[in-house]
Amino acid sequence: MADTKVMLMQGNTAVVEGAIAAGVRFYGGYPITPSTEIAEGMAKRLPMVGGKFMQTEDEIAGLGTVIGASLGGLKAMTATSGPGFSLKQEMIGLACNAEVPCVIVDVQRVGPSTGQPTSPSQGDVMQTKWGTHGDHWVIVVSPSSVPECFTLTQRAVALAETYRVPVIMLMDEIVGHMRERIEIPVSYDDVPQVNRARPTCPPEEYLAYRAGESGVPEMADFGSGYRWHVSGLVHDDTGFPKSSGKATMEAENRLRGKIMNHRDEIIQVERHMLDDAEFAIIAFGGAARTAYDAVEMARARGLKVGLLRPITIWPFATHEVRELARSVKGILVHELNCGQYVISVKAAVGGACPVDLYAKYDNESATPEEMLAEIEKAMKGDGLI
Amino acid sequence: MKEALVEKYFRAGHLPHLWCPGCGNGTVLGAIVTAIDNRGIDKNDVAFISGIGCSSRSSGYVDFNTANTVHGRALPIATGLKMANPKLNVIVASGDGDCSAIGGNHLIHAARRNVDLTLIVFNNSIYGMTGGQYSPLTPVGSRATTAPYLTIEPAFDILDLARAAGATFTARATSYHVPLLTSVIEKGIAHKGFSVIEAVTACPTNFGRQNKIAAPALMMAWQRDHAVMKAKWDTMTDAEREGKFPVGVLSERNDVKEYTEAYDEIIRRAQGVSA
Amino acid sequence: MALKFVTARCKGCGICAYFCPKKVLTVTELNKAAIAEGKENDCIECGQCEMRCPDYAIFVERGAK
Repeated sequence: MADTKVMLMQGNTAVVEGAIAAGVRFYGGYPITPSTEIAEGMAKRLPMVGGKFMQTEDEIAGLGTVIGASLGGLKAMTATSGPGFSLKQEMIGLACNAEVPCVIVDVQRVGPSTGQPTSPSQGDVMQTKWGTHGDHWVIVVSPSSVPECFTLTQRAVALAETYRVPVIMLMDEIVGHMRERIEIPVSYDDVPQVNRARPTCPPEEYLAYRAGESGVPEMADFGSGYRWHVSGLVHDDTGFPKSSGKATMEAENRLRGKIMNHRDEIIQVERHMLDDAEFAIIAFGGAARTAYDAVEMARARGLKVGLLRPITIWPFATHEVRELARSVKGILVHELNCGQYVISVKAAVGGACPVDLYAKYDNESATPEEMLAEIEKAMKGDGLI
Repeated sequence: MKEALVEKYFRAGHLPHLWCPGCGNGTVLGAIVTAIDNRGIDKNDVAFISGIGCSSRSSGYVDFNTANTVHGRALPIATGLKMANPKLNVIVASGDGDCSAIGGNHLIHAARRNVDLTLIVFNNSIYGMTGGQYSPLTPVGSRATTAPYLTIEPAFDILDLARAAGATFTARATSYHVPLLTSVIEKGIAHKGFSVIEAVTACPTNFGRQNKIAAPALMMAWQRDHAVMKAKWDTMTDAEREGKFPVGVLSERNDVKEYTEAYDEIIRRAQGVSA
Repeated sequence: MALKFVTARCKGCGICAYFCPKKVLTVTELNKAAIAEGKENDCIECGQCEMRCPDYAIFVERGAK
């Protein structure tokens, strides 16, 4: 076991440390509340490990430089908040279609537009799935604590590298700005590194987008002797544009398949007190923190309540939620917006049990007491108490 | 372009290219390839990054590390790539609309940073891919599908703009002046810093037809008749310059540190190593 | 013959013919560059056609005459 140190750390800083530990060596981005500490931290930390940081002219260029650095072979990351996340959408589409690994951290604020820059919200959850135009598949993960900011950033990097896909780390102002106890390795030298698969065939045999069973093509660094073509146009396994309908379907099927065929490896949920639960809360990110206390308070009152916390937000944990719906008599979705994730929950539950929504969008996270009241209201409505 | 260079640098099976009859993009791309060959750079050490538009399709034809990216934003991608691997010779191909309109902000900041990139602006004075709309480099008084009553917007001089923003090498040539174009591209590649080369080229289909000079050869002859070598240009009066434009290397300075080299100093500072 | 034509690439734009100093080149009814009748021996291998051809469709084979 490597030596560790215990620190009091902010969530955004834990993202920086997680990225450095995971081997991120390039960051390009633009300052924006409430994510700015990530840029500041990367500016300080990256050159210490031989990496590079750029403060770009705008949000779009931030992700542009990240994509370029990733083509050059570096693990690369950017961070932003709502307005910047909106601006980055076209580049996210390029990264999807050209399969360029990268991590985009979105520390949410209240929106739309400038909204409430320093207040918590989870209003970008649907945008993370559908933000860029066209059918596309990304992976989205969401941490609930500072220690999880550290570990989940490493996982986000690993997923991006493994599946050659943009991974969005969906945070909120609560988790980003909160300070908590965290125990991290003194040195990152022994942290396991997950790297994209690089070609082993001779360059003349390399077909840039030929994928084996994994559905993920091997990726050569620009300048490594494998000359290939990157394009945002629909392309076949050569990487060159193809305009036929068949080519479009084959490309889309593979891009979907490389994610959905690995859903069991990608999707993570935390099950808390669910074994005997009659009623479940579904909440993620900062909003889930209230639920632990609310579950405890409900249990103290004899109510069999548990929590399902999606850590992977997209692809949606359909099987896990469906299974939950069969084992409980009611579900309460809690999110810090007017009701977005609940749409997917209801689709997965499909009427197997009642689904209620506790939507909160008043710039504050819920207190455990408020959530307990919502639990009791929902359970009464469902005839459980 | 020489046949041997087509065989050496063009991807097999990708010609003929998609450009219209008489489009100068092929000539400009030929000059870029010839310049790279003259410089003796290994194909593996060249990255060729483009945005979106007719000229940006050039990246698909040449056998380097290539990327046809998003509209106007090849420069940030090229910058990130250069940061990841400063040994790469990174060429950026961009059209006049791509570079000066939607990508204008990236242009001025790449110039300001003095990243060692070679930007070739294929200036055909029009948006060709979308069928003939005016760009910020379209001469005032031109007809375009979005300017049926002629354009009223003054055009940028893209090289003045780049130079003012900090570009340390600027040059211009035309698709008529192929040896000059090849030579200034070569110099731009050799220059350590941000180089901008404006390649004046013709779009007979979408600029020529709307502006009554549709014959490709006549558009090229116009380039011949209106371009003036820099040395002569410097001796001309304003009246003599009317309607003409200077070609050749227009500016070069070597007193600004190149960005990736400057960044190495950041790494030394962060690691507590004295320079 | 000093000139080589790659007919499949030629789009018949006429740039080569216009700038040929000896008027060796023409564009045929099939919209392809070709040597004009009676000009078979007039090419001076200056290379202007090869240099400007946007389609890489005409090459000068120097010394092949």
